[in-house]
Amino acid sequence: MTAVLQNTQTPSVRGESGRAVPLGRLTLVELRKLADTRAGLWLLIVIGFATVGTSAILLGWAPDNELTFGEFFAFGLLPSSVLLPVLGILSMTAEWSQRTALTTFTLVPARERVIGAKLIAGVLIAAASTAATIVLAAAANLLGRALGGDGGWSVSGSLIWQGLLLQVIFVLMGLAFGALLMSSPVAIVAYFALPIVWSILGETIRALRTAAGWLDINVTTAPLSEPDMTGGEYARLGVTAAVWVLLPLALGVWRMLRREVS
Amino acid sequence: MITVERLTKKYGGHPAVDNVSFTCEPGTVTGFLGPNGAGKSTTMRMICGLTPPTAGSATVGGTPYRRLGNPGRHVGVLLDASAQHAGRTGREVLALAALTMGVDKREVPGALDRVGLNATAGKRRVRAYSLGMRQRLGLALALLGDPAVLILDEPANGLDPEGIYWMRGLLRDFADRGGTVLLSSHLLREVEAVADRLVVIGAGKVVAQGDKAELLAQSGTLVRAADPAALAMVLDRAGLTGTKTTDGGVVVPTGSEVIGRAAADAGLVLLELRPAGSGGLEQMFLTLTAGDSVKEAVR
Repeated sequence: MTAVLQNTQTPSVRGESGRAVPLGRLTLVELRKLADTRAGLWLLIVIGFATVGTSAILLGWAPDNELTFGEFFAFGLLPSSVLLPVLGILSMTAEWSQRTALTTFTLVPARERVIGAKLIAGVLIAAASTAATIVLAAAANLLGRALGGDGGWSVSGSLIWQGLLLQVIFVLMGLAFGALLMSSPVAIVAYFALPIVWSILGETIRALRTAAGWLDINVTTAPLSEPDMTGGEYARLGVTAAVWVLLPLALGVWRMLRREVS
Repeated sequence: MITVERLTKKYGGHPAVDNVSFTCEPGTVTGFLGPNGAGKSTTMRMICGLTPPTAGSATVGGTPYRRLGNPGRHVGVLLDASAQHAGRTGREVLALAALTMGVDKREVPGALDRVGLNATAGKRRVRAYSLGMRQRLGLALALLGDPAVLILDEPANGLDPEGIYWMRGLLRDFADRGGTVLLSSHLLREVEAVADRLVVIGAGKVVAQGDKAELLAQSGTLVRAADPAALAMVLDRAGLTGTKTTDGGVVVPTGSEVIGRAAADAGLVLLELRPAGSGGLEQMFLTLTAGDSVKEAVR
């Protein structure tokens, strides 16, 4: 046996370099990108303040018997369910409007992994905001009790996880619209306007009423705020989510994988 | 090591890059020259897997870019210094890249320092950066993964003369340590000082490539006569076609002796007769590509 001297002609390439970037690390990167720009950071700050604001409104103006943990939690979800999707939209569109896709896809040519990391990051931030809302609602409830409110803690477990589901659906819908439309203003307007337009059409045109019961996301997500959703309600929600989340997401991923980066 | 083989990119039938082949060896700086819209950036994007080629292939270190597991550790890429989120700080841009590549975050301040950006500049948002600072940030990003290959698209844009001088030193040093550099520019003089090899591209096609010294030697002869009209006639009679330079001379693709004899036979007074050098090369790709570049720029 002869000892073979390892060829180290190009010393600059290090050991780890050959392996693909792990998805966990990419997810961390995407989470960080949600908060490291002025737009992202302020969006998160506004969500935080608005959520505190919901508790303040209840404490200040709601009747004492409504000052319960369940009420604080349900109302507290409102700001993040409206604004977190915008963060999701920006996560996708900023790559193109700010042209960071050039760096992102140069460092990670497997674009589907970047998109996957963005989706995971979106789900994680939705879960984190739900958890933060629970903590805030608990604090507000303690304060409410001290101020003479009902202070009840009883809340159906289904409401907590349905609240989480609501957040996740809306954030994923934002990400899907961002991936599909690739432009921040267009995606944000489409995200907010299209469901409203569809609701109006569904209500005014008789022939669309049955379809609206399955496809109007404002209608089918409403049962999420009532305890113990039924199987039928889940079925309707599933169909809506397929149309408003999965369909644009599939088309958006297809576009992002094919689009030329320049 | 970069290998480009018959790369072609067509947009709606129109070839932006047409059958381009060249290689960049370790230890050398290759200048990729051509006017705006000649296809330099498209070629570089195809090398980096950002644009799918219509035909042909490119590899970096023997592997197609898209199959490099963690490309940032092999190849440092700077394609457009302005393509950074305006709302991120310079330090954050590098921190994100470090996190992606698995480079220790503590290397970020050093990376900024290496390109002449101090801590204050690192804390500022990219929106407030001048183009020169963005180029420096882009270069820091390209060097962050300690790569063996650098691919830089017009990195001298926006740099001041001192910055250009500094960058040349940095690239020369990188190549001297065994690295491979591909560097594009639309100004010959910008890369002439640092490149070992040149690839000249015009209207999507390679019009000249090879060793810099060789290319400059065979780029023709500059001749200037007291009577330009007579010179034109003499050249015409000798069957030579020259191209006029901006300062009244004529670059002729032949040796000085041929022209000198022709002039002597005609009794023509010459004011200047010398190898055209870089001026000739520049003249060559200007004439080869004039007209097309304007059309491409507005495509």
